[in-house]
Amino acid sequence: MLPKREATSMAERSPATRRALWLVLSLVFAFLYIPIAVLVALSFNEGGLPTAWSGFSLKWYVSLTGNSEILSAALNTLIVALISTAIATLLGTLLAIGIEMRRQYGKGLEALIFAPMIIPDIVLAIALLSFFSMLNLTMGLHTIILAHVVFNLAFVCSVVRARLKSFDWSIVEASADLGASALTTFRRVTLPVILPAVIAGALLAFTLSVDEFIIAFFTAGAGRASTTLPMQIYAMIRFGITPEINALATIVMAVSITALTLSQRFNRGIIGQ
Amino acid sequence: MSEPRTLLQIDHVSKNFGRVTAVDGISLDIRENEFFALLGPSGCGKTTLLRMLAGFETPNDGRILLDGRDIARTPPNKRPVNLMFQSYALFPHMSVRANVSYGLEMERLPAAEIRERVDAILATTELVPFADRKPEQLSGGQKQRVALARALVKRPRLLLLDEPLGALDKKLRGAMQLELKRLQHEVGITFVIVTHDQEESLVMADRMAVLKDGKLLQCDTPHAVYEYPADRFVADFIGVMNFVPGKATADGVLAANGARIAGKLPATLSPGATAVASVRPERIRLFPKAQTANRISGTVEALAYQGLDLQLHVRTPLSPKPFLVRVTADAADRRPVSAGDTIELGWDAADVRIFKD
Repeated sequence: MLPKREATSMAERSPATRRALWLVLSLVFAFLYIPIAVLVALSFNEGGLPTAWSGFSLKWYVSLTGNSEILSAALNTLIVALISTAIATLLGTLLAIGIEMRRQYGKGLEALIFAPMIIPDIVLAIALLSFFSMLNLTMGLHTIILAHVVFNLAFVCSVVRARLKSFDWSIVEASADLGASALTTFRRVTLPVILPAVIAGALLAFTLSVDEFIIAFFTAGAGRASTTLPMQIYAMIRFGITPEINALATIVMAVSITALTLSQRFNRGIIGQ
Repeated sequence: MSEPRTLLQIDHVSKNFGRVTAVDGISLDIRENEFFALLGPSGCGKTTLLRMLAGFETPNDGRILLDGRDIARTPPNKRPVNLMFQSYALFPHMSVRANVSYGLEMERLPAAEIRERVDAILATTELVPFADRKPEQLSGGQKQRVALARALVKRPRLLLLDEPLGALDKKLRGAMQLELKRLQHEVGITFVIVTHDQEESLVMADRMAVLKDGKLLQCDTPHAVYEYPADRFVADFIGVMNFVPGKATADGVLAANGARIAGKLPATLSPGATAVASVRPERIRLFPKAQTANRISGTVEALAYQGLDLQLHVRTPLSPKPFLVRVTADAADRRPVSAGDTIELGWDAADVRIFKD
């Protein structure tokens, strides 16, 4: 019987080499995660000083709830994320279906749709700002929402399209053949089959929207009314990092990780099908 | 028996995709309650024709009359025609029962009637034990039956089947051929099946159409198509045929080696034209009687034992390819033949078909 290849190559490495490789790996992970771990730890630090641990406490989280500026920023972020996700999910899904059904129109169209994912945020931010000013739009939450739809649409579209690559279009024809209208076919056949990808795309869009700073900053306009959470954190940080910011950042991170994990769960469910 | 009524009339139908002509002026009549096969090699236009009957393609030219009404431009969801897809196209998120009742729900029938009709068709297709399963939990043969039940439950005027047995293994395919025949008889619905498998259409069809390059070559009963092929292509495509190339004469074909093959010349051929004489393997006898019209001796190159019969490859001076001869096992037992033997082959003039080459 042939020995397993991995076993052979592992055996070829000396214990010293193996130890060195483990060390490199640990350093990489340390570099990636120590700052985040410190931030999370400090958010629970009773004393609030970054230099000394004085005991576990939730007091910074409690004090967040008393900060009206943070609460209103959190509400704004939620409004922007929910509405822009809803619009982007609807349009992105329809766009993905349209592209996949008419794939012969070539790659040019695809490039146009994915540009917002690739163009640097700062460029997109400036472009949207000039565009909104040109239209004489009053800036506010609605302009942030529009701006977030622009890039979220591209992300939703790409997630849904990935699912549609393995979609059996003959079931759409079968539905029509059995007497269903186009709308009924979409509601009862197409949508249920691609729903996991649509949800995954929506969760991804929500995550991206929640922590988006640059574009929101440019398109929010003047005044505190349309400040989002990342903008609020940025404003607060100019006076030094407070334990409250650590707590806030921890919450934002928890929300993002939860949404992303769910998104991947849904996407994996698709692959399993 | 009275002449059956025409259900579907395909009237000079053409379809092209860009510059490619997929279906080229085909006219066909399909009769009420018949099992009709569209047969041809891949790319012959049979699938395009079927998709036009289903409503997924619109002809560029011609009419498709169902019960005398032109449906060529009627969308698929508005025709009393159902298609059983080659890939089965079952809804993956629905149970077998939900798949089957879908089409009736679209007709907005009362729930009780839907339930009754679905139960009945599940029983007919022997799917009752699988009613609550999802398509992914079914075998190929079971999926095929679900696809069939889903289409049949609608009681269409016409059921179209696109290579329905293509995905099944050989043994199951044989069983399903008979099963489809039985079902068609039981439900009394006109079936139009598309297949590239000539054996399948011979077994199942009441009548069949042979297509090539978008054109109709022949439309007749399997027996007529097999025994009296319209041209050389059909003769070669349906079953196995031995060909002897040569020149047409008044009473047969003069082979390249000078031998004469006796047979009836078709009216379309005049003596002197390039022609090909042909004979089916099962029409050839070993050790023929002296008065047999066509006789030739040859060398046995190979023998293939096939249980029921024995297939011989016999090299003769008549054609570049060896002759294929089918002998019943019984006859082979009586007078055994082995490779290397020189034997005489013979066949009657009545079994010879002559075509333009």
